[in-house]
Amino acid sequence: MKKSIREISPIDVYKLLPKTNCGECHEANCMTFATRVVNGELTVEDCPPIAGKKYMADYEKLRELMRPPVRTVTFGTGETAAKVGGKYVLYRHEFTYHNPPPIAIDVADYMAKEEIDARLKMVSSFTFNYIGRTLRLDAVAIRSTTNEPATFATVVKDVAGQTDLPFVLCAYDPATMAAGLDQVKDRRPLLYAATKENWKEMAELALQYSCPLVVSAPHDIPGLRSLVRTLTEYGISDLILDPGTSVESDLARTIHEFSQIRRSVFQQDDELLGYPLLGTPISAWLSPELSPEVVQWKEAWMASLLLSRHADMLIMHSVEGWVLLPQLIWRFNVYTDPRKPVSVDAGVKTFGSPDKQAPVLITSNYALTYFIVENDIKTASIHCYLVVADTGGNSVESAVAGRYLTAESISNALSDYKVADLVEHRHLVLPGLAARLSGDTEEASGWNVMVGPRDSSGLAEYLKTQWPPKDDKHAAGA
Amino acid sequence: ENFPCSIREVRLGATRKDGGSRRRTFTLGGSGSPPFVYADRPPANLPVFAMDVFDMSIPMPAAVKADIRDVMDDPAEWARRNVEQFGADMVTVHLVSTDPLGKDSSPAEAARTVEDVLQAVDVPLIIGGCGDPQKDAEVFAKVSEAASGERLLLNSVTLDMAAAGVLETITGAAKAHGHAVIGLTGLELNKAKELNRRLFDYLPPEDIVMDLTTVALGYGLEYSFSIHERARQAALLGDDELQQPTISAASNAWVAREARTKMDPVYGPREFRGPLWETLNALTLVLAGVDIFMVAHPATLKTLKEIIQMLIR
Ligand code: B12
Ligand code: SF4
Repeated sequence: MKKSIREISPIDVYKLLPKTNCGECHEANCMTFATRVVNGELTVEDCPPIAGKKYMADYEKLRELMRPPVRTVTFGTGETAAKVGGKYVLYRHEFTYHNPPPIAIDVADYMAKEEIDARLKMVSSFTFNYIGRTLRLDAVAIRSTTNEPATFATVVKDVAGQTDLPFVLCAYDPATMAAGLDQVKDRRPLLYAATKENWKEMAELALQYSCPLVVSAPHDIPGLRSLVRTLTEYGISDLILDPGTSVESDLARTIHEFSQIRRSVFQQDDELLGYPLLGTPISAWLSPELSPEVVQWKEAWMASLLLSRHADMLIMHSVEGWVLLPQLIWRFNVYTDPRKPVSVDAGVKTFGSPDKQAPVLITSNYALTYFIVENDIKTASIHCYLVVADTGGNSVESAVAGRYLTAESISNALSDYKVADLVEHRHLVLPGLAARLSGDTEEASGWNVMVGPRDSSGLAEYLKTQWPPKDDKHAAGA
Repeated sequence: ENFPCSIREVRLGATRKDGGSRRRTFTLGGSGSPPFVYADRPPANLPVFAMDVFDMSIPMPAAVKADIRDVMDDPAEWARRNVEQFGADMVTVHLVSTDPLGKDSSPAEAARTVEDVLQAVDVPLIIGGCGDPQKDAEVFAKVSEAASGERLLLNSVTLDMAAAGVLETITGAAKAHGHAVIGLTGLELNKAKELNRRLFDYLPPEDIVMDLTTVALGYGLEYSFSIHERARQAALLGDDELQQPTISAASNAWVAREARTKMDPVYGPREFRGPLWETLNALTLVLAGVDIFMVAHPATLKTLKEIIQMLIR
């Protein structure tokens, strides 16, 4: 049985490294590198020397040691290439889920050119700024519904000219697939799909163009396994599994099969099922339902369900923002490290052009807190300094409760970031939720503490009435 | 894959035969396997959905208000709408007017509100306090007495209440009048275990539901998701301090600005975004094994009921 990621110690990794402490990985030495590899923060490939001939045997062992039970498959090329799978654990709380599932939006050869263009535009322009990251869509699935090679080729060519995003080419007919593939040979598209009927021809195409391949066997796990066996024996190792997504009558089957596949990988070491899982919420559109909003609603909850239950990639049809926004946010959230919250760098941020009398505010370095406060300050065009205290990534209230934000840490932040040099006054505005620190903070720092509103959206109103401060117990320099 | 233990069952509501006046009762928990993993192990009891009622007007998202605007001043009518029109399994009566920092209405007034709702609907009730330990203890005691035998679910008891020395008042009243309680802790399993240990001194496990805290999507739902998965896993493997059924206030989803506010038109109307936000909050925790939900929007209830029916087919 392969060692699980939680049983691998830094020593296990260290033993197989070059042990020269050369520093090419930008780590202090091989041991710290090993620790970060085990934590999932670096990969074996981040050690350049190990790829050398000299270390070949150890390199192979190391790769096998660190290989995730669910393999990683990439499609597309260059900057936009999509990484799929690479899971080390069944449950998120056990480690961290790696490689947020790429979401591909479909276009199809039955669609009019204007519709395709509009959809492509939406796919590449849809973004949302969430706690400092730009969330976006990842890929385009080009589907053949006509099964006419020439039509498919034309559409693939047209789409390829319009976007750098990676592609999934969807056709069950090998001749149609070949015609489309010929238009984008250098872009390593993902081929959808090899089935019981067409696997041999699809395998040939995958080998010829060295493309990853989806294996499809709807609601038939034994069939899926045997196809995987056949294809790996045929020499194809970049596989993605499509166990079938049914949004209505077979929803139960869908969730049971996704769960069962993942459990057999992690609990029975089933190597044949150790590949990324493709979920297709787009199946919601097979419903006889006529109202598009109702179908979009179904596709939305199906996508979210699959993101929570093991899908490593999704193909969707809806391009409505209300459908996609929660998916992008939830995907980002589920793939964060459960051991440490997303945080921003501590320090002092300057907003607008504050003068020497400008307000000084303090907040936590939890990314969510910081970006909400930043947004409120910007929306209200407040000119000020914002001290971002290192609270270990905890929100204001959690940080106060967990003693990450204390009179002492506030006082240290003020002196470490030389805040006294920025302004002539000595007034600090604390978040309302940190009110109970105010007395001790005055004592520890020598600054006057003012208690601000509990929600930063009230900052503008608060400063209008309370700034500049009237009572100055500790005048500048005193 | 077999699990040595299962989640305990907690029954809510009481029919005439059992000393109450409810038409039907619900049983929470009972599962002996992770949720919706094995086709041959359907949930012992399906997740239950309660819809909120407040005893005074509070700021509420427009999308939620739309369907209840005309009954918001009348908890009994509001409760009736939740049950008869929206199909809620249960009703949660939030007695927010009892807050000493707000209206400070008396325990007797609170009890009257609960009695009105009990008259108006025949489903089991959850009773929410205002969050002030001392006041909640008084209110829960009075309400427990007034609704003796109805097997309410009191929402909630906390470690703060233990610190304030009022745990005995509440558990004593619950026990004397046959109610169940929710133990609320903030996303921390050790605290949840500690609170359960303290509650076990006063109440049998059949009277305790755990609230591990539900955070809104985009604001930390992943903490809630992971903590529920961990709790369920530990419970099934043998941790008997975590074998209580769990509750989620999925209506917390509305805290998210993305659920409530008007945004750039590319993100669609909030009339869709908001209910979907709450639906996904609840669905995520259904997948993590939560046994009972408090929701605000009828679309959440309807969608989740449909999904669950499909999941057990
Ligand atoms: C998610 C969460 C967690 C997550 C952490 C998420 C994180 N990175 O912080 C986890 C699970 C790790 C956690 C841990 C803890 N938590 Co916690 N947690 C929460 C929860 C549910 C949400 C917090 C949140 O994200 N808020 C949103 C952010 C944006 O709010 P914020 O940072 O406060 O920012 C707002 C305001 O403060 C203000 N603001 C911010 N900066 C500024 C600046 C100025 C100048 C002004 C004017 C205003 C302002 O505006 C912001 C927007 O509204 C809350 C309960 C709740 N629903 O609020 C409990 C809560 C904060 N946690 C609590 C506790 C006790 C803890 C722990 C101590 C538990 C424990 N025993 O271990 C630990 C502490 C941390 C630690 N590791 O030791 C308590 C705090 C009780 C108290 N008041 O003392 C709460 C209230 C829950 C509860 N009722 O028990 N927690
Ligand atoms: S690059 Fe490799 S050999 Fe050099 S210090 Fe890093 S881990 Fe060690």
